[in-house]
Amino acid sequence: MSEPVLLRNVDVPDGHLLTTYEAGGGYQALAKAVHEHTPDEIIDLVKKSNLRGRGGAGFPTGMKWSFVPKRAGKPKYLCCNADEGEPGTFKDRIIMERDPHQLIEGMAISGYAIGAETAYVYIRGEYVLAIRRLEQALAEAHAKGYLGKRILGSDFNFTVHIHCGAGAYICGEETAMLDSLEGKRAQPRLKPPFPAVEGLYASPTVINNVETLACVPHIVARGPEWFRGIGPDKSPGPKLYCLSGQVRKPGLYELPMGIPLRELVEEHAGGPLPGRKIKAVIPGGVSAPLIPERGLDVGMDFDSLAAAGSMLGSAGVIVIDDSTCMVKVATRIIEFFHHESCGKCTPCREGLNWVVKVLRRVEAGQGAPGDLEQLEALCKGIFGNTFCALGDGAAMGLRAALTHFEHEFVAHIEARRCPFH
Amino acid sequence: MREKIEVAAARYPDQRSAIMPALLIAQKEHGHLPGPVLEEVADILGVERIWVYELATFYTLFRTEPVGVFHLQLCDNVSCMLRGSEDLLRHLEAVLGIEKDGTTLDGLFTLSTVECLGACEMAPVMQVGDDYHGGLDIARIDALLERLRAVTGQAIGADPATTAPPGE
Repeated sequence: MSEPVLLRNVDVPDGHLLTTYEAGGGYQALAKAVHEHTPDEIIDLVKKSNLRGRGGAGFPTGMKWSFVPKRAGKPKYLCCNADEGEPGTFKDRIIMERDPHQLIEGMAISGYAIGAETAYVYIRGEYVLAIRRLEQALAEAHAKGYLGKRILGSDFNFTVHIHCGAGAYICGEETAMLDSLEGKRAQPRLKPPFPAVEGLYASPTVINNVETLACVPHIVARGPEWFRGIGPDKSPGPKLYCLSGQVRKPGLYELPMGIPLRELVEEHAGGPLPGRKIKAVIPGGVSAPLIPERGLDVGMDFDSLAAAGSMLGSAGVIVIDDSTCMVKVATRIIEFFHHESCGKCTPCREGLNWVVKVLRRVEAGQGAPGDLEQLEALCKGIFGNTFCALGDGAAMGLRAALTHFEHEFVAHIEARRCPFH
Repeated sequence: MREKIEVAAARYPDQRSAIMPALLIAQKEHGHLPGPVLEEVADILGVERIWVYELATFYTLFRTEPVGVFHLQLCDNVSCMLRGSEDLLRHLEAVLGIEKDGTTLDGLFTLSTVECLGACEMAPVMQVGDDYHGGLDIARIDALLERLRAVTGQAIGADPATTAPPGE
């Protein structure tokens, strides 16, 4: 796949403007959708494409859409999850800053498919440039009749509003995001009912990630077979990979789903910094368990990474080299989860507090024999015992560090200092 | 403020949803969100005051205490830490003569660390006001502080030299 699809416009000057987007065939997929297809046909196309959600969970998008009741007797909503907060992830920001019309077209087609007339983009408040660009693009799309009443002469009405987040990682969890949109503290809801049946304002709601929605116009324009021809059949499509950390060429890369992690890091991102060796890589944001160097031949897709004991998550690939203390990395990750715990579930709220205390003392050379067993006991108490996946992600991440780099934790405790300082 | 909040509120079928946008508007106007401002927001929207208080204290972008003219928000999450954010924090504390979460005596700078800003391709990153500054090292931090001091009271533009294109 040499030709970029999702990133086609990002390096083009004025790639964020409607004129640029239209010049590349933009909004023709929307026209095709509303003039040539019924909503059910669009859902079928997306089902056939095997598109899976790019926000982290990898749930089949077409199936998610098909759960929306046809006759609800209530308005239906589409929500775009643009609360990109998973550390190591920046793909959605770049789409919104540099090619916002791709997202808007994807939202309009998705809204048509599920029968929604109103959509909200929940975008993190820090993304000021992305918010400005998206506001400008929405105004352009309205003025040109791609949004609003009777879109392109059809019976389809669709409006998109921006809702700015205010700094809470938990809003990336879809039901917490709905509570936040309703003006409450963001805390996950018990499921069922699932949002497709009872979501925003207790109405049927579909929540999709920015990159997922950006795939939709291309599937409509080029067909589901094209999409499935890229990468593994069960987890196909073009994919955005966010490379960061101790690597020569950090940046956003569009490559096929399923590309080997080693090729991504060593060839595309230029490998480790001069004089360094890669020690481990976090493949999908800090919720994804790290993979030691010897495991880098794994394919970057939902199923291959799950089989390897990790996950694709948001494809936030963080490279860690041999100069770095893994106890320090684990401590920083758990401090993050502790800070972002919404406080609803005791195992996450209190458990992570204790994990942070133990990790900090180990890193400071004040660890005691038995601390590693204590950490595992805490992980066991958190994992599977919370409403949402935040606590699970923390426990899985810590367990991976303990499993693959136990010798570093032991060295801290025995030497009573950090060997890297 | 009232007019802007009412425009924002029209986007939702429920006034409670407008509390977050209203707080962002109020904070832009007042710099931070003291009690009387929260009460005013509640009155404009006609919602319970407790609903407004609980959001103002739950979400980290809302500030109930004042900050300096420039709020330096240095990311210290993993990707930035791996590219030297700890050294930058120590340097900022030394040159500003304050500790993390402190404000300089002249009221110009408040220094904070924040969780991932979603700009890891240009780590280490710091947000100042609306703008991201990436690819930072000690020399660039010093130059940035100098620029900020020079334009006190004026709007600050992003530095194109410190924002890298994707894939590079």
